[in-house]
Amino acid sequence: MVNVKKKRVNTSYFVILLTFLTLLSCKTHKNNIYEVDGKRININEQYISDSNIENFIAPYRKHINNDLDSILAFNPVTQEKSKGKWQTNIGNLFAETTIALSNPIFKKRENKEIDFCLLNHGGIRSIIPEGNITSRTAFEIMPFENSVMIVGLSADEVRTLAAYFLKEKKPHPLAGLTIYTDSSETNVIDILVNNKHIEDSKTYYVATTDYLANGGDNMNFFRDSKIKFDLDYKLRNLFIDYFKKIDTLPNITTERVIIK
Amino acid sequence: MERRDFLQKTVASSALLSLGGMSLSSFSTLETKKITILHTNDVHSHIDPFPADHPRNPNMGGAARRASIIDQIRKEEKSVILLDAGDIFQGTPYFNYYGGELEFKLMSMMQYDLATMGNHDFDNGIDGFHAQLGHANFDFVSANYDFKNTILDGIVKPYKIINRDGIKIGVFGLGVELDGLVDKKLYKETIYNNPIEVAKSITRTLKEDKKCDLVICLSHIGFKYRNEPERVCDITLAQQTKDIDLIIGGHTHTFLDKPVLEKNLEGKEVLINQVGCFGINLGRIDFYLSDDTKYDNTTRNIILG
Repeated sequence: MVNVKKKRVNTSYFVILLTFLTLLSCKTHKNNIYEVDGKRININEQYISDSNIENFIAPYRKHINNDLDSILAFNPVTQEKSKGKWQTNIGNLFAETTIALSNPIFKKRENKEIDFCLLNHGGIRSIIPEGNITSRTAFEIMPFENSVMIVGLSADEVRTLAAYFLKEKKPHPLAGLTIYTDSSETNVIDILVNNKHIEDSKTYYVATTDYLANGGDNMNFFRDSKIKFDLDYKLRNLFIDYFKKIDTLPNITTERVIIK
Repeated sequence: MERRDFLQKTVASSALLSLGGMSLSSFSTLETKKITILHTNDVHSHIDPFPADHPRNPNMGGAARRASIIDQIRKEEKSVILLDAGDIFQGTPYFNYYGGELEFKLMSMMQYDLATMGNHDFDNGIDGFHAQLGHANFDFVSANYDFKNTILDGIVKPYKIINRDGIKIGVFGLGVELDGLVDKKLYKETIYNNPIEVAKSITRTLKEDKKCDLVICLSHIGFKYRNEPERVCDITLAQQTKDIDLIIGGHTHTFLDKPVLEKNLEGKEVLINQVGCFGINLGRIDFYLSDDTKYDNTTRNIILG
C-alpha cells in the first residue's frame, strides 16, 4: 500500500509538468499580422508587354478587326442624338429600323403586326459620323446586350405613353405614332397610330427593348402590361443586319410631336 | 487497482501528446512571413490598352502589360495571391465575339487564384457564364448568391481557403443585388442574400472553425453610394462585421489612390481597396505575419500609398 501511494505522488507531478509543457508548446503557433503595406500600380507604357500573352491575343484581335472594319454601308449626313427637341435623325433611324426588321419575325411567330416603336434617348450611345458604316458602328451606338420586346398596350395605355413622352421632354426614338399637342406642349390633344385615330377596343403592339419593357426609364406602362413577346433579337445584331441590307443610310426627319 | 491503471494511461498519453507538441513547434524559432495580394476589379473585357489619343486613359491598361508586372512580382516574392473582384465580362467586342473565353484564358495564363461574380458576368446568362468555366483554371467564390437551384450549384462555392507558406488565407465572395440590375431571365433562380448577414456567419467559420490567419472579402457590392447612405456597401460591410482583414471591392469603378481604412465592430482597422476599372491599375497589399507572441495584442502597423 505504501509503495503505491508514493508512486501516485510522483506521477501527479509528472502529469502537471507535461500538461504545462503541452500548453506552452501550442502558445507560439498563432500567426499575427503585424504590418500591412498597400499601394496602387498604374499599368501604362513604361511596362513592357508579355510577349506570350501578346501572341496569344493576336489571332483573336485580327479576326475581330477584320469583321468589325469591313464596310457595310455609307452614311451621307452625321446622325446625332443631341440635335432635335422632340425627335432626332438618329432616334428616328433607331425606331424605324427596329420596326422594319422586327415586324417580319413578329408576324411569322405571332401572326400579328407591330403598330409603333418607342425606345429611349439614353440608349443611343454614340453618334454616327458621316462616312463609311461598319459593324463597329453598331457596337458604338449599341454596346449593350438589349433585345427587342413587343409589348401589348390598350388605347388608354397608349394615351399614358403619349403623356409620358410630352412630360419627359426628351427626343426618345419614336416611329409609327404621332402626338398632337397645344402651345403648352404638355396636353395631349390627339394621337395617330400609323395615321389612324386610336380605337378604344384595340390592342396596340409596341416594339421596345427588354430594358424598357421591365420598367427602365420609368416607362411603367410597359412594365405593367401583361402582354409581352420576347423576340430574342439583340438590337445591335438588328442594326448590323440592317446595315448589310442597305447601301446608304437615310436621314429621317419625320416629326413625331406636332404643335397645333 | 482500477484507479492505478487509469493514472498510468493518463501519464502515457500526456507524455505522447507533449512529445508530439514539442517536436512540432515548441522549440522552433520564431518566423516572419510575407503574403502579397495582387488584385483587379471591373476589367470589363479590356484586353488591349487604351489608344494613345484616348481622352481619359491614354496608353493605360492592357492584359499583356499586366501579365509582365505580375510576373516580375512573382519573381521577387515567395507567396503571391492574385484575385479579381468581378465584372470580368462585357465592355469590348472581345466579349461579344467570344463570350468571355479569351478573358478566362488570359487570367488562367496569369495564374489568377480566385474571383467573385459581378452583375455583368451574368450578361450572357448564367448558362453563358457556366459554358466558359472550362477556360478558367481558377475558382469563383460567392457567399451571398444562393445557386442551389441553378447550373452553378456546387461549382461556385461561398469561400476558399488558400494555404501559402504555412499561412491560411480564407477568401469569400459577395455579390450585388441582381433584381433591377440584371434581367431575371439571365440570373434565373439565383437568390441574393443580405451581404452583411452572410459575411458575419462566413467570417465566424473562417476565423473560429477554420482558424484562418488572414480573412479577405472579394466584394462586388460597391464601395459607397453617396445618394443612398442606407444601401449596403464596402464601408458599411467593414463597420458592421469583425475579423475581415481586407475587402477588395468592385462594381462602383472607384479609383482609390490608396487603400482606405475603416473601423470594424471591435474597433479594429479593416483595409478596403478598389482600383477603378478596365485593367488600368493593379492593387498590391503585402501582409507581414509573425508567430512571435509579442504581436498577440498589438495593433498592426499600416503603411498606405
